[in-house]
Amino acid sequence: MHSLILSTSSRYLLVLLQLFSVFLLLRGHNEPGGGFAGGLVAAAAYALYFIANGVEEARRVFRFEPLTVVVAGLGVALASTLPSILGGMEFMQSVWGNTGIPVIGKVGTPLLFDVGVYLLVLGITLKIVFSLAGEDEP
Amino acid sequence: MNLLVALPILLPLVTALVMLPFRERPGVQRGLGLGASLAQAAVAVALLSRVYAGGILTLQAGGWAAPFGITLVADLLSAVMVAATALIGLTTSIYSLGSIDREQERFFFHPLMQLLLVGINGAFLTGDLFNLYVWFEVMLISSFVLLALGGSPRQLEGSVKYVTINLLSSAIFLSAVGILYGVAGTLNMADLSARLPMIEQRDLLSVVAVLLLVTFGVKAAIFPLFFWLPASYHTPPVAVSAIFAGLLTKVGVYAIMRVFTTVFTGPESEAIFRILLWIAPLTMVVGVLGAAAQYDLRKLLSFHIVSQIGYMLFAIAIQSPLAIAGGLFYIVHNIVAKTSLFYISGIVRHKSGAFQLKKIGGLYSTEPLLAALFLVSALALAGIPPLSGFWAKLMVIRAGLESGHYFVTAAALAVSLLTLFSMTKIWNEAFWKDDPGVVSSTDEAHGNGRTALLYLPVVMLCGVIVFFGLSFEPVYELSARAAGQLLDVESYRNAVLGGGL
Repeated sequence: MHSLILSTSSRYLLVLLQLFSVFLLLRGHNEPGGGFAGGLVAAAAYALYFIANGVEEARRVFRFEPLTVVVAGLGVALASTLPSILGGMEFMQSVWGNTGIPVIGKVGTPLLFDVGVYLLVLGITLKIVFSLAGEDEP
Repeated sequence: MNLLVALPILLPLVTALVMLPFRERPGVQRGLGLGASLAQAAVAVALLSRVYAGGILTLQAGGWAAPFGITLVADLLSAVMVAATALIGLTTSIYSLGSIDREQERFFFHPLMQLLLVGINGAFLTGDLFNLYVWFEVMLISSFVLLALGGSPRQLEGSVKYVTINLLSSAIFLSAVGILYGVAGTLNMADLSARLPMIEQRDLLSVVAVLLLVTFGVKAAIFPLFFWLPASYHTPPVAVSAIFAGLLTKVGVYAIMRVFTTVFTGPESEAIFRILLWIAPLTMVVGVLGAAAQYDLRKLLSFHIVSQIGYMLFAIAIQSPLAIAGGLFYIVHNIVAKTSLFYISGIVRHKSGAFQLKKIGGLYSTEPLLAALFLVSALALAGIPPLSGFWAKLMVIRAGLESGHYFVTAAALAVSLLTLFSMTKIWNEAFWKDDPGVVSSTDEAHGNGRTALLYLPVVMLCGVIVFFGLSFEPVYELSARAAGQLLDVESYRNAVLGGGL
């Protein structure tokens, strides 16, 4: 069933929800939110787009292979431990740098780790959604 | 900084990650898997020698001090288990080169194997009960997929049982951890061991202890909870069932050992040991009798896994330093011998076309090397000198006699004899009697022709068995020191909490 209202609004919602997910990601260190919640919201945006426009269209808009995003997420999360290893600190100890950028503020390895979680959750959720959407490809 | 403690977890994790994009290039995955297993073996040896020389190593992730942060602890017990895991990981990655087909590789066999090792090593190294739960989950999720790899109806039937019972046991584990946190306010093992004696709600602690025994008992396949194991271990590819048979149940045994000596030290663990003194002989006897009725090679061996777990439980229940040392050595010996027997079952299948003992025969004349290797592993399992199993049994039985548990010791000796009978049955059916000629002699479904790669890991493991048997002195020394360290909870606590609190 194709709904014109849903498919039109999903196009705007896709952008809005993704902005919101990045907002959640960035405020997550000290307030409710974070990589997991942000990743889920971003995945929900594409899931909604898929419900409105079909799985082929959603895959095209997402552009990446979900599994690649999973790998990238895991890689980024693991890379966030590198500064602590190379700096000779305790494993996974936070390293902070003050950028002075308004809104974002301090940037450090916990944010990098959160970005990794964000990508991982986004990728794995979309992998599941797209697989369940009726494609036999495993 | 003790990054070495985290390496056994990080190395396979990074390897799995690097492998993932190479789905269509199995050659790259195979090379990475083999390289990583070799590196893992080096890491395990380094960790073991560091812990042996310098005492317990700890890592507090992120620099957050012990009861609050994520703690990894490597004492001798953990380091020995990590070393055994590395050995099995290495041999399995070699064995899989000769036995896993393209289709199974496409379904992420190699990355999943690495993730399984992440979970197992994590469970051995963690110093926190909740993290133990998390590592169990990592291990289980990988094992679910590995078990169903290939997707034949028989495999799916086995997987359904395995997944159901393990999900249930995870739920029990999580409830136990929740109650314990509510009672004690901490889940760090060292911190718990300091706080539990002062807690007044003893009934709740007893409940937690029994819940933990049930959940670890399911994983270890102890007496009333073992039924899922023979129902599922004979279905997946041989490389998978070998690593499962060798390692997964022993993670459960390790958890029982760790939790009821390090975490619970009071009346609760004594009650658990009294229960274990009943469960141990029942597990031995039921397992070996179950095996006597089997004619499927891998099913028969699966029942023997259960039976052997009984000896380890017996050792844990006695709790004397000699018994713990014997139990630890028994675990390592069993990991090696059992995995070797499962590899051999795969070669038998490859050479004769079936796992059913009735349908095969005559392998002694066609495959003399295989017959010799089987003899070494089987006699080690039964406990014939001078192989590793003899010493393992000697230590456990001696500890049993010294502590006055004559009934259980007698059961252990009788089960030994029945194990020998069972191994003789395999020998007679598969190797000695003439080939009945029911099945065509080669089986295309198993193996891809690189037979040397199937033999190499078995030869390695049999070498370890003979080495343990002939130079027992240093091995005994190591087990005794590990046991002493495990029973010295005070020093564990000091190592983790830094003498504070």
